[in-house]
Amino acid sequence: MKLSGAQAIVKALELEGVEVIFGYPGAAICPFYDALQESNIRHILTRHEQGAAHAASGYARATGKTGVCVATSGPGATNLITGIADAYMDSTPLVAITGQVSSDLIGRDVFQEADITGATDPFCKHNYLVKNTKDLPRILKEAFYIASTGRPGPVLIDVPIDVQIGSVNFEYPKSVDIKGYKPNYKGHSIQIKKIAEAILRAKKPVICAGGGVINSNASKELVELAEKCGIPVVTTMMGIGSIPYDHELNLGMLGSYGVYTANYAVHNADLLIITGARVADRAINNPDQIARKAEIVHIDIDPAEIGKNIQVSIPVVGDIKGVLKELVDIVQRGDVDEWGRIIKEKKEEHPPKFPEMKSGTGYVNPKYVLKVLTGLLREDDIVTTEVGQNQIWSSNYLGIRKPRTFITSGGLGTMGYGFPAAVGAKVGCPGSRVICISGDGSFQMTMQELGTIKQSRLGVKVLMFNNTRLGMVRELQKLKYGCRYYQVHLDENPDFIKLFEAYGFKGRRIDDNSQVEEALKEMLSDDGVYLLECRVDPEESTL
Amino acid sequence: MGKHTLSVLVENQAGVLSRIAGLFSRRGFNIDSLAVGVTENPEISRMTIVVDGDQYIVEQVTKQLNKLVDVIKIKELDDSESVRRELVLIKVEANASTRSEIIQIVEIFRANIIDVSKNTLTIEISGDTEKIAALEDMLKQFGIKEIVRTGTIAIERGNKVIKIKNSDEE
Repeated sequence: MKLSGAQAIVKALELEGVEVIFGYPGAAICPFYDALQESNIRHILTRHEQGAAHAASGYARATGKTGVCVATSGPGATNLITGIADAYMDSTPLVAITGQVSSDLIGRDVFQEADITGATDPFCKHNYLVKNTKDLPRILKEAFYIASTGRPGPVLIDVPIDVQIGSVNFEYPKSVDIKGYKPNYKGHSIQIKKIAEAILRAKKPVICAGGGVINSNASKELVELAEKCGIPVVTTMMGIGSIPYDHELNLGMLGSYGVYTANYAVHNADLLIITGARVADRAINNPDQIARKAEIVHIDIDPAEIGKNIQVSIPVVGDIKGVLKELVDIVQRGDVDEWGRIIKEKKEEHPPKFPEMKSGTGYVNPKYVLKVLTGLLREDDIVTTEVGQNQIWSSNYLGIRKPRTFITSGGLGTMGYGFPAAVGAKVGCPGSRVICISGDGSFQMTMQELGTIKQSRLGVKVLMFNNTRLGMVRELQKLKYGCRYYQVHLDENPDFIKLFEAYGFKGRRIDDNSQVEEALKEMLSDDGVYLLECRVDPEESTL
Repeated sequence: MGKHTLSVLVENQAGVLSRIAGLFSRRGFNIDSLAVGVTENPEISRMTIVVDGDQYIVEQVTKQLNKLVDVIKIKELDDSESVRRELVLIKVEANASTRSEIIQIVEIFRANIIDVSKNTLTIEISGDTEKIAALEDMLKQFGIKEIVRTGTIAIERGNKVIKIKNSDEE
């Protein structure tokens, strides 16, 4: 079948099962957009390329499928970079397609030329600059394979305009054979047996579940292991949802912004089983100290993560789902009753701190809002967050029941991620209610996507905590810089309700705790886009 | 700390060198030298990278390199199990009174003189790091004007070869 390069890309997307892509057209990607019109693939026009990348990421994380975003050359491509870097840090499967200036002009600094493969090298699992139209089918096939297998991540394909126009005898490869890329899925049985022995020996075991558990769809196996052996589970921020929040063995999020009991358990364990987590500084900032006290098991599909940040005594490289399944089959419960009792006691001694709910202060307490919201959410509802105090409040005070229903920028900490990610999540899961929890600061980083949800009719809800401050940085200045507040005041914020109204959306502002429950119910029962803006005391602490 | 020699098979494609160099700089690894050239298979290049670091660093370098899709295979070459060479060109000051002494030194080291002028000699030497350092040391007294080196390349002794296994054996 003779196709143009652009048609070949579209055909390959169809064969990969892509139903929707997020993008923004421009001159160098026009042949592709011309070909896309003939396809059934839905295109969501965002208002900024960064929004397209984050939306593709939100789509991927909500559905488990590979997200696709498209942009033109030069600024279109560079605007994707934050989204690509975010996907790389959080191991999100993404394929980004960019237009590029004509091959014969590359390197001459022509209009809208940027070396995007060079620029994204540090944040991409892999990238391609396509030199020849005939390579397109193979490259598309490889890109989807690399993005979605092993440790998932973003792959970028840069396609010069002449390559899009050129022609190819289209034949889509059935399989890939990349010499330097053979992810290992099967964990070593001898190592798994060693874990089982360690569990039997241990008196104070703890499981640390990260985003890898969710990527690997291994929540069921995780919970089975925990229940069978009576092992408490702590999660990283990326691991939230891997075990229901109200499961008696779930201790909550660990780390510098985590829960007391989770940190207590990790620091007093004699066996720490790390599954699909990177042991990054925010989760575990003193790995050496922990490794001295506890035997460390690390299960991850990426061999480079094992031994990077913490000394490991039992490493297992493999897909978490398979490894945990094999482990559950052979493992026996150790003598952990005393440990279970201690943990339960600590949990009761340190419940989540909900301050006294006063009325008439002119403010709503965000922690209380999230507690009430937890009671009103259905298990399929999806929550995205921005970055800042809203993210930490959500991580600690919102109850999440299912994997893939809590979508947040964990590694890169991208302000402006949550709203476009909600766009992608809503596109991927139209039957779920999608709520973006945001702050007034981060919302303004990508609020242009209001146009996207209007045009594509996506009923995304925004629950905004407005303290007219960059709350997290302000708190840092308060605690570490002697209250020398600087550049953290956003007193000239727009009237967000009016802003939503300008797009034809509903909105409501509340400033008293007595209004919370009824207002949340109103937001959740509305079919369309809805802003619930909560006035929050700037002094409200993160923890 | 110490020097470790890594032999790395990579796809012979544009951009691979910059990916590898970029990885070293952004992860804070130190490269002593990097030499690259095509192998008996024109689709594959072989890099010899000498890394300065302890065992933890070498393990990290190896794992991170392995994550690059263009990197096909990595092997650390053991000092005693491999042969290593570097080619170096040294331009040294020489006049009528020093020239013969320099030529004698060059002969002892089995190096070659490849260019001569009224006040310089250019010497070609290949060998391991120690031999080259020794010659350099001997020539210092005459005044070294310029040194160019290829970086170390290395190959395993005996029958052993570094090859790509077929399909899924690994």
